[in-house]
Amino acid sequence: MSGTLTLNKITAQRGISVGEAAKKIADLGWNPSYVQEAMTFPTDYKIAKAPKDPMKQVLRSYFPMQEEKDNRVYGALDAALRGDMFRNVEPRWVEWMKLFLAIIPFPEISAARSMAMVGRLAPGEDLRTGFTMQMVDEFRHSTIQMNLKKWYMENYIDPAGFDITEEAFGKCYATTIGRQFGEGFITGDAITSANVYLTVVAETAFTNTLFVAMPSEAARNGDYALPTVFLSVQSDESRHIGNGHSMLMSMLKELENHLLLERDMRYAFWQNHAIVDAAIGTFIEYGTTNRDKNKESYAEMWHRWIFEDYYRTYMLPLEKYGIKIHHDDVQTAWKRLTEKHYVHRVAQFFAVGWSANFWRIEAQTDKDFEWFEHKYPGWYAQFGEFWKWYEKLSHRGQTNILFNSDVGYVYPHRCWSCLVPCLIREDIVTDEIDGKLYTFAHEIDRWTAVEAFAGEYQGRPTPAMGRFSGRREWESVYHNVDIADAIKDLGFVRTDGKTLVAQPHLRFDEKEMWTLDDVRGHILKSPLLTLREMSPADREAHLADYRKGFTINPCN
Amino acid sequence: MTAVPNVSVGSGAAGAAIFPDSDSRKYRYFEPRSKRATHYEDVTVDVQPDPERYLLQDWIISFPNGKGAYTKDNTAALSANWHAFRAPDQEWERTHYQRQSKIEAMVQAVIANGRKSGAPKSFDKAWIKILQNHLGAWKHVEFGLGTSLMQAQRYGYTQMINNATLTNSSYKLRLAQDITLYLAEIGMDVQGFDDAAGKRVWLEDKGWQGTREAIESIMGSADYLEQYFATNIVFEPLVGELFRSGFLMQTASSNGDFITPPVISAAEADYERNLANTIDLMHLLATDNQHAAHNKKLFQGWVNKHVALANKAAAGLQPIWSQPHSKPVQYADARAQSVERVKKILGELGLTLPKE
Repeated sequence: MSGTLTLNKITAQRGISVGEAAKKIADLGWNPSYVQEAMTFPTDYKIAKAPKDPMKQVLRSYFPMQEEKDNRVYGALDAALRGDMFRNVEPRWVEWMKLFLAIIPFPEISAARSMAMVGRLAPGEDLRTGFTMQMVDEFRHSTIQMNLKKWYMENYIDPAGFDITEEAFGKCYATTIGRQFGEGFITGDAITSANVYLTVVAETAFTNTLFVAMPSEAARNGDYALPTVFLSVQSDESRHIGNGHSMLMSMLKELENHLLLERDMRYAFWQNHAIVDAAIGTFIEYGTTNRDKNKESYAEMWHRWIFEDYYRTYMLPLEKYGIKIHHDDVQTAWKRLTEKHYVHRVAQFFAVGWSANFWRIEAQTDKDFEWFEHKYPGWYAQFGEFWKWYEKLSHRGQTNILFNSDVGYVYPHRCWSCLVPCLIREDIVTDEIDGKLYTFAHEIDRWTAVEAFAGEYQGRPTPAMGRFSGRREWESVYHNVDIADAIKDLGFVRTDGKTLVAQPHLRFDEKEMWTLDDVRGHILKSPLLTLREMSPADREAHLADYRKGFTINPCN
Repeated sequence: MTAVPNVSVGSGAAGAAIFPDSDSRKYRYFEPRSKRATHYEDVTVDVQPDPERYLLQDWIISFPNGKGAYTKDNTAALSANWHAFRAPDQEWERTHYQRQSKIEAMVQAVIANGRKSGAPKSFDKAWIKILQNHLGAWKHVEFGLGTSLMQAQRYGYTQMINNATLTNSSYKLRLAQDITLYLAEIGMDVQGFDDAAGKRVWLEDKGWQGTREAIESIMGSADYLEQYFATNIVFEPLVGELFRSGFLMQTASSNGDFITPPVISAAEADYERNLANTIDLMHLLATDNQHAAHNKKLFQGWVNKHVALANKAAAGLQPIWSQPHSKPVQYADARAQSVERVKKILGELGLTLPKE
């Protein structure tokens, strides 16, 4: 074909290269001389070197690319309805989306806000377009996810729970864990939150489990909408990872940042593990009906993405820059997921508390047991009886599992750091902050709250570091309150004023649905306030007993 | 594999069973502005939580000074209900990308077609210098406003305020890049075009220093609402529209340039939307049932401060109107129009334009 005339040859005109375009755009900034910008986002880091943009990003190509991605997403949603997706979807799966989609739009939009922080702190303007794109991306993610949730609400058999979603997000004993995640992106030291916690760890490591593993499981449950939306979301993440890495490289140049980086990598890795693995692990392992033994378990996926990909190829190389990496933490997290059954304990905790949430949780059955035992040897001995109890107690007239002493479950203490309860009982630790006693799920959680989130770290002043605050232990909000009154106060009641939004089953029949009257008469207690009220001796005895764990009684 | 539903009714579809709230298919935790919630409201309202609404445990991480993620005192303005605001442009991600993408397609098509016909070579020589120096300087104005609004979108008390600020920032930063690349591209067709001149003019030319001071004053404000207010209520009508519509768009064609007006026209359409959003928000605050007097006093203070800066900026730019060979519009006429415009905008809010 050489030598022939083509339309391209006729119409071609000289243009500027992408590299040249990015360079010119990076020159749009200047150092103000009339009025200095206020340094409104505090950080203890020193950033002198301007981060580079290896991706050469320009908005001219960004907007059309995103519009095209959107067209595909919305086209697929229309197609799913035409294909009657909801007739074949697994309600067990969609119910967990009520929790997941209540949480995720807030961390997403928080990430948009955090671009203001890194945008102002980064010297130079090389990465400004990268930050701008990420800001608009996160706006995309937040509103596209709200749209997906609305779509589920409009088309799924039981819309209750979706219809109160953002209210429920602010109130639930489970969403509090997601709020810890989202607030972590925007509060405290700006670099700790917006760069290390958000970009270097959450986006680089854990979005694979969030936005790739979850969609795969959704598809196995007849839900083609979630993969469509979330794989499109994930396609934006590589740019964000680039932004984070570039900032990280700039910060590494300053030796005085190394101690803070070590602290923040440790905090961010551990807390992402504690929060993301709790939530996504539960959705994937307990929200599915697919028990194909050839598919990877959450733990297997974690090993591939977090251990092999992230730890080995991203975290470990930081050592050559002089950053101390806490290898033991990664190993400990892995052991928690495998030997210590972290995800299974979280699912068990969510299930015990079902009446105070806003989605349905169905019992696991024999088919599920077999798969769990295959993937997590020893599972049945620890959790089999519990799920039998759960099924048995899913019928109205039974005593709510949360208060049923026949079961043998002991309600857990809440971790003051990650806000997931202290579910691996032997690991619970306590410590004091400003003279007050707190409980922690693990020594690293204690270290996070007591040593990392403080005004001084290893003798170095850290005035910009955030603090853990608010009524962090959810249970203390309803200490000594009847569960029925708490549920009413939470707003987790259907519009008839009596039927609970949450149900411990998937039976879509009014006669089967629990009401306030079915749960009334039991008083909620805050484990933390109760612990504080004990004498020192009683407290020690209680904690020793707690560390021994509990045994679920046989369910006949 | 076909999924086989394991449910009592054999379907997960809406309407497959009737039970309490099986027909509850609207978000029921916020009051829509009108009878029915718009799509924009559904995907926007309450995503940013508030301890006074649903945040049961309050903010659970705080800054060292004890403040949570979002507090009302990031602006001096007060409101009885920060949640009342809904952006009139109803922008969410899909509409934002559709609009931005269409603009980029339009701008690139205009530039490509213009260059194909050799248009930049036939621009008037004096006009080319104006584009090189003054449009080249102007791109920094748009960039400054874009980065300032990017900062501001972190601080608003509700999702509605912050998202409107975010899209405003996105529009400004797009325009700054559009101008940058437009000049770089026509620069390739015009011999001796100095692509770096614009920044020099912006930093050093006496006539531009008033504008730079006005922009840096907006960028430097620590009150996010002042940044938003000063941008759209004051700077845009008094300097932005003055220079874009009152000079570039009206003068270009008579100097042989039919490319610049459509490139710039997108900015005017952007501004109409951003102005509508800003006026709506400021109007709510200026007529607040508890804090109207406080807010109007505050706003008048912002008007006085930023109008003085904008007037100085506009005056500094005045000589540019006499630089083209063909002068279809006089500075005085353009200025009169922009003063009229700002008076109307301020009138909507019950504010007055200070005397020069």
